Amino acid sequence: QIQSSIFNQRKAHSPGHVCKNILHVPVSGLLFGPWFLCRNEDLKEMLESNKESLKLEAMKRIVGLIAKGKNASELFPAVVKNVASKNIELKKLVYVYLVRYAEEQQDLALLSISTFQRALKDPNQLIRASALRVLSSIRVPIIVPIMMLAIKEAATDLSPYVRKTAAHAIQKLYSLDPDQKEHLIEVIEKLLKDKSTLVAGSVVMAFEEVCPDRIDLIHKNYRKLCNLLVDVEEWGQVVIIHMLTRYARTQFVSPWREDAVFDENSAKAFYDSEEERRVDQSKPYIMDPDHRLLLRNTKPLLQSRNTAVVMAVSQLYWHLAPKHELSIITKSLVRLLRSHREVQYIVLQNIATMSIQRKGMFEPFMKSFYVRSTDATHIKTLKLEILTNLANEANISTILREFQTYVKSQDKAFAAATIQAIGCCATNISEVTDTCLNGLVLLLSNRDETVVAESVVVIKKLLQTQPSQHSDIIKHMAKLFDNITVPMARASILWLMGEYCEHVPKIAPDVLRKMAKTFTDEEDIVKLQIVNLAAKLYLTNSKQTKLLTQYILNLGKYDQNYDIRDRTRFIRQLIVPNEKSGALSKYARRILMAPKPAPVLQSAFKDRDRFQLGTLSHTLNSQASGYLELSDWPAVAPDQSVRNVEVVEPVRLPCIYLQKNGNAVKVESRSESESGSESSSSESSSESGSELDSDSDSGTDQKKNTKPKPVQSKPFDAVSWPVCVSLQASSPVFVPETSHELLHRMTGKGLSAQYRFTRQPCIYGNSMVSLQLTLSNSTDQALENIHISEKSSTGQNIHRFNAIERLEPQASVTVSMGVDFNDSTQAANFQLCTKEDEFSVSIQPAVGELLLPITMSEADFTKEQGKLVGMNESSATITMTPENVSSQSVNRKVVSVANLGVIPSGQENIYRFSGKTVSSGSLVLVSVVLKDPDAVITINTEKTVMGSMLLRQVKTALTNSGP
Amino acid sequence: MIHSLFLINASGDIFLEKHWKSVVSRSVCDYFFEALERATEPENVPPVIPTPHHYLINVLRHRIYFVAVIQSEVPPLFVIEFLHRVVDTFQDYFGVCTEAAIKDNVVVVYELLEEMLDNGFPLATESNILKELIKPPTILRTVVNTITGSTNVGEQLPTGQLSVVPWRRTGVKYTNNEAYFDVVEEIDAIIDKSGSTITAEIQGVIDACVKLTGMPDLTLSFMNPRLLDDVSFHPCVRFKRWEAERILSFIPPDGNFRLLSYHVSSQNLVAIPVYVKHNISFREGSSQGRFELTLGPKQTMGKAVESVLVSSQLPRGVLNANLNPSQGTYTFDPVTKLLSWDVGKINPQKLPSLKGSMSLQTGASKPDENPTINIQFKIQQLAISGLKVNRLDMYGEKYKPFKGIKYMTKAGKFQVRT
Repeated sequence: QIQSSIFNQRKAHSPGHVCKNILHVPVSGLLFGPWFLCRNEDLKEMLESNKESLKLEAMKRIVGLIAKGKNASELFPAVVKNVASKNIELKKLVYVYLVRYAEEQQDLALLSISTFQRALKDPNQLIRASALRVLSSIRVPIIVPIMMLAIKEAATDLSPYVRKTAAHAIQKLYSLDPDQKEHLIEVIEKLLKDKSTLVAGSVVMAFEEVCPDRIDLIHKNYRKLCNLLVDVEEWGQVVIIHMLTRYARTQFVSPWREDAVFDENSAKAFYDSEEERRVDQSKPYIMDPDHRLLLRNTKPLLQSRNTAVVMAVSQLYWHLAPKHELSIITKSLVRLLRSHREVQYIVLQNIATMSIQRKGMFEPFMKSFYVRSTDATHIKTLKLEILTNLANEANISTILREFQTYVKSQDKAFAAATIQAIGCCATNISEVTDTCLNGLVLLLSNRDETVVAESVVVIKKLLQTQPSQHSDIIKHMAKLFDNITVPMARASILWLMGEYCEHVPKIAPDVLRKMAKTFTDEEDIVKLQIVNLAAKLYLTNSKQTKLLTQYILNLGKYDQNYDIRDRTRFIRQLIVPNEKSGALSKYARRILMAPKPAPVLQSAFKDRDRFQLGTLSHTLNSQASGYLELSDWPAVAPDQSVRNVEVVEPVRLPCIYLQKNGNAVKVESRSESESGSESSSSESSSESGSELDSDSDSGTDQKKNTKPKPVQSKPFDAVSWPVCVSLQASSPVFVPETSHELLHRMTGKGLSAQYRFTRQPCIYGNSMVSLQLTLSNSTDQALENIHISEKSSTGQNIHRFNAIERLEPQASVTVSMGVDFNDSTQAANFQLCTKEDEFSVSIQPAVGELLLPITMSEADFTKEQGKLVGMNESSATITMTPENVSSQSVNRKVVSVANLGVIPSGQENIYRFSGKTVSSGSLVLVSVVLKDPDAVITINTEKTVMGSMLLRQVKTALTNSGP
Repeated sequence: MIHSLFLINASGDIFLEKHWKSVVSRSVCDYFFEALERATEPENVPPVIPTPHHYLINVLRHRIYFVAVIQSEVPPLFVIEFLHRVVDTFQDYFGVCTEAAIKDNVVVVYELLEEMLDNGFPLATESNILKELIKPPTILRTVVNTITGSTNVGEQLPTGQLSVVPWRRTGVKYTNNEAYFDVVEEIDAIIDKSGSTITAEIQGVIDACVKLTGMPDLTLSFMNPRLLDDVSFHPCVRFKRWEAERILSFIPPDGNFRLLSYHVSSQNLVAIPVYVKHNISFREGSSQGRFELTLGPKQTMGKAVESVLVSSQLPRGVLNANLNPSQGTYTFDPVTKLLSWDVGKINPQKLPSLKGSMSLQTGASKPDENPTINIQFKIQQLAISGLKVNRLDMYGEKYKPFKGIKYMTKAGKFQVRT
C-alpha cells in the first residue's frame, strides 16, 4: 500500500505547476487541497515507517522542497524523530532540515538536543564535528549554555577537525547571543594558540568577527601565524592575511619614509604624515624583523591558484611593504586578469586605485588593459580608467590611437566613456590638449547622438582652460547647435556662448534669438542656460539683445518649473535696473561674468584609497557594515618584545603518517623551510575511528627567524623504512635560541654573520647538520654576491647556500646551509666571500648538535641499552642541586645541551632520552637516575668519543644551578 | 561570511536556495533582477550589487547566476572564487553544470553545499576530500544503493582533511599506473586593420591526469624553464624547489587537476599562427555592403590549423548577409547580428574564404565602425611558445608508470579589428 502511495505521490509531484501552487492555496483549496494533504500525509507516513529506505526517500523529497524554497515546516515532528537514525545519510538530511527550521519550531527542536549531546562524545571525529556543527546552528536562545559548554569542550578536542568546527561555532553563538562575548574570547584565546594549520584560519575568522579590537591576543601568536601561513588552507590564508595587515599597521613603523624619493608623486604621498617626516630625520629606518617576516612569508602565496589569496597578498604588500618592493605584485595581478569576468572586475578596480598613485607599477603592462570588443561594459570602463591613469608624455600617442578605435565602438556607452577619458588625458598632459580638442571637434559631426553630446560636454570643460584661442571651435559648435538634441549638450553649448560671448560677438545674439523661439519646448537645464545666456548678453551687448532678454525673462516668469521661475526673478532683479534694486545690481556684471575656475577632470577612483584594497568597501566605494579601518602607522613602534614567546611548551609526540601497508611515510611539507609545524594524520584500520592528534608542535616556530627544516629530506626514501618504531625520527624537543658568532662585523668589514643550529633534519642531505646563518650588513653600502667559496679547507662536505646577490645596508638575511661534520666535533672551516673580500670562518659544533632526536618506547629503550654495554657505556655520578631535581628541569637541561628526544618514563625518578648521530645514524641513549641527592648519568652509544664528551656536558648542565 | 546562495536561471527563476545562517527572504533577489533588467547583456550585470541590508555577489557560469548574499565586509574575491569553486565541483560531480543537472541531483547538491561551507566559511573545497564525504552519483551506484540500502555519504573523516597533503587521499590503487600531462597554450591577441599585432601574449596551463598507486612523488622538468615568466601552482607543488631549481616537484592529487598556469614573458615575440585578409565595406547611400574574408596559416611550425571558427558581431544596420563560403558553413542571426563561420581545417593550398554581400536597412546611414572578427583555432602537437617538457621522474613507488605528454595551442581572445 505504501508503495502505491509513493507512486501516486510521484504522479502528483511531476507536474510542476501543481507543486508551485500548493503552498499558497487558501482560495483554490478545493482543487489543490487534497493533493497537498496527501503529499504531506504521505511524507509523514513514509518517515514513520520502519523501512530506512522509505525514510530516506522521504527526506530526500523534503530537502528538494527546501531547496526550492517551499515551506516544509509542518513535517517537523515527523522529521525530528529520525535525528538519531543509524543511517548516516538520513541523519545528515535530518540535520539539514533541523538547521533550516529549528528557529521556527523552537520547542520541538529541543527534543533533538540530547541526541547531539550524546554525539558530541562519539569516538568518530566526523560525528563529533557534525553534531557540534548542527547544535551550534540551531538558533534557539534557550540552548546557549549548552552550546557554550559544547564549544569549550570541543576547543580542547584531540582532533583538529573538531577544534576547527568549534572555531566556527564561536561565531554562530556570538551572533545568537552577543552577551557571551567574554567567554567566547577566552575560547578564541585558547584556540589562537593552536598549532594546527586546520584551525588557524577558522579561529582568526572568529577573532575578526567577535573581537577584532583585541589586538593583544595576536602578539604571542604573530610569529606562529606567519610561519604557518603557507600551509593553511587557502580560505584561511585570505582571512589571516587581512588580519595581519591590520595588525602590522598598528605595530610597526612606516617603511615608506626613507624611500620617499622612489615615490613618483611624493608630494601627495599616500599615507605620509607630517610627524613621520619629523621622526625620520633622527635615525635611519630599520625594518622590524617581524615586519620582514610577514612580507617574506606571504610572498610565495602570490603564486597561489586562488585569486582571493593573490589579491590578499597584493593588498598586504600595498599597505605594508617598502615602495620599492611593490613591483613584485604587478605580474601576479596582471595574471589574474586572465581569470573569470567577475575576478577581472574586482582586480581591475584595485589596479585602478593603485595606478593613480603609482603609474610606474603597471605601465609596462599597459597592453594588458587594451579593450576587447567582447569585454563586458563594466570591464571596458575600468580598463579605460586604468589606461587614462597610465597615460604620460611618452605613451600618450599610443593610448590616443587606441582610444580612436574605442570611440568607434558599437557600444555607445563605452564610446561616451572613451570621450571622457580623452578629455582627462587632454587636461593632464598639456602637450596633447590641442590634438585631443581637434579630435573631439571632429567627433561633433558623428552620427551618434550620445557621442556628440559627450564630446560637447568634454569640449566645454577643455575650452574653459584657454578660451581665447578657441573661438573657432565655439563658432563651429554654434553651427552644429541645431542638430544637437541631447539636453546636456545643448545646455553646455549655451553656457559656452554666454561665457565667451565676447569672443563670438556676432553669433551669440543670433543663437539667443533662435532660443527665444524654442524656449517653451526645451528641457529644464536648457531653459536655465537660455536665461543665463540672455543675462550675460544683456550685460555685454544690451543694444542688440535688450528686447530678446525681456521676452525670455517673461517666458521664464510663467514657466511651470519653480526653479526656472526663481532663476528668472533673480536675474531680472540683478540685471534690470529699477528703483527698488539695491546695491547688488551694481555688481551684476562682476557676479555673472566672474572668471570661473576650470573644472578638474579627475579619476572616479581618486578617493577610493581611503579603503583597504581588496575589500568590499573598496569595491562599492562606501563603507560596508563590519568594515575594519586600517590604522595609520604609529609614529613610534610599540614594544616589540610582546611578540616574544619564551616558554617552550612541553612536547607532544608527533605521529607518523601510517599507511595501510604498514610503511611509514613522512611527507615533506610544501612550505619546506617556512613551515613551523607538520601536521600528520593517521588512518586507522580499525572501525572505531581512533585518531591521533595531528599537532606535532616542535615549539620552534615561536622564535625569531626560526626556520625549521622539513622532516625528511627525501620523503620517498622513507618508504623503505620498516615499521621499526624505535628509530622513528621526531621533531626536536627544544631548539636553543642562542646564536654563535661566525664573523664579527669588525673583521668582516661590516658584514657580520651568526649561526645557530636548527636541530632539524637537513634538507640537503641525510648526513648533514642543518644550520641557519644570519648575515647582516652594517655598512652603509650594499654588499653584493655573498657566498661560500667552493674550496673547503677541512674536507667536510658543505652544502652552500645560494649566493645572495645583494644585501642592502642595514638589512639582514637568513639562509640555511648544511654541513656534514662526520660525527666529530672538528670545526668546519670555510671561506665566506663577498664580491670584494674573503673571510675565513669556522663552525665548531657542540657534540649535542650532532644528534637528531628519535622516539621509542620505554621497553625498546631498555632493550637497546642492554645491547650497548661495556665499552659503549659511560656513566658518572653527580650531586644535584635541589632546584634541579624536578622532572621539568632535568628534561629541559638535557635537551638544551643535546638534541635528544624525551622518552615518556613510567618511573618517576628515571629520565630517558634518545637520539641518533646525524652522519652515521648510531644510537645515542641517555638516562638520568635520581637517587636523592645524587644522580647517575649513563650514556650508551657506539661512538664512545662522542659518548664521553656528551657525558661531560650533561654533567655540567645538571650540576649548574640556574635556569 | 556567505549568508545564503540563490541559483537563478536565464529566464530569471530562482530554482535553488540554500541558507547557512538564518533564512534570508528570496525577495532580496529583486535587487538582482533590477540590475539584470538594466543590463543590456547577461554579462553586464555588475558582480557586486549593494542593497539596503545585504550585498549580492554573483557569478554567471553556464547561463546560471550564482548569487551569494553577504551581510558584512568580506573580500569580494573570496566570495567570487568560492562560487566558481562551487561550479567546478558541480561540473566535476555531474559532468555538466546545468539547471537540469542541478535539479536532478538536488540532494547531492545540498549535501555538497552543506560540506563546503560551515556558517558561511569554506570548510572543504578540495574535490578529493568532498568525494570521500559524498560519492558522486553514477547510474551503477544509484542502482546498488536502492537495492542494498547503502548510502552515498562517507562515515569517516576523509584522510586528506588532516594530512599535510590534503589534496591526495590515501590507499589509492590502480592496475594501470599512468600519468598524462597536457600542455595547453592560448594566444591572446589584438590584430589591427593593417594586420600588424597590437598586443599578443601567451598563457598556458599544464593539466594533468594522474592515476598512480600509493604516494608517488613526481618531478617534472623543462628544457627551457626560463620561458615561464609568471606562474601559479596547484598547492601540491613545492615552491622552494621551483624557486631554486626551476623544477616542478609534487605529490599529485588523484585524478584530474591543473598543475600549473603560466604566462610567457612578454619579451619573447609571439608567433601568430593565422592571418586574415578582409575587406568589409559599406558605401554611403547604398543599401549593400561588401564582405570578403580570407584566412591563411602563418608561423605554424608546419602543423595544421584545425577547428577554426570565425565569428563577428556585425553592425546593427545590417539586415541580412548573403555569403558564399569556400569551405565549411556559416550562419547569420538577423536578430543578434552575429555572424559565425565554422571553417574547420585550413588547407594551405586552398585558402578558405567567405565572400558576398550584406544588405543594409534602407535609409539607414553607413555604420561608422567595421566589425571586429574573433577567431578560434587549435593546433595539435605544438606549444607555440616553444616550451618543452624535459622529463618526468617518479620517486617513492616501485612500479613503472606509463607517462604521456601532449601539446596543444589554441586561440584565446584572438581579435582582428577591421
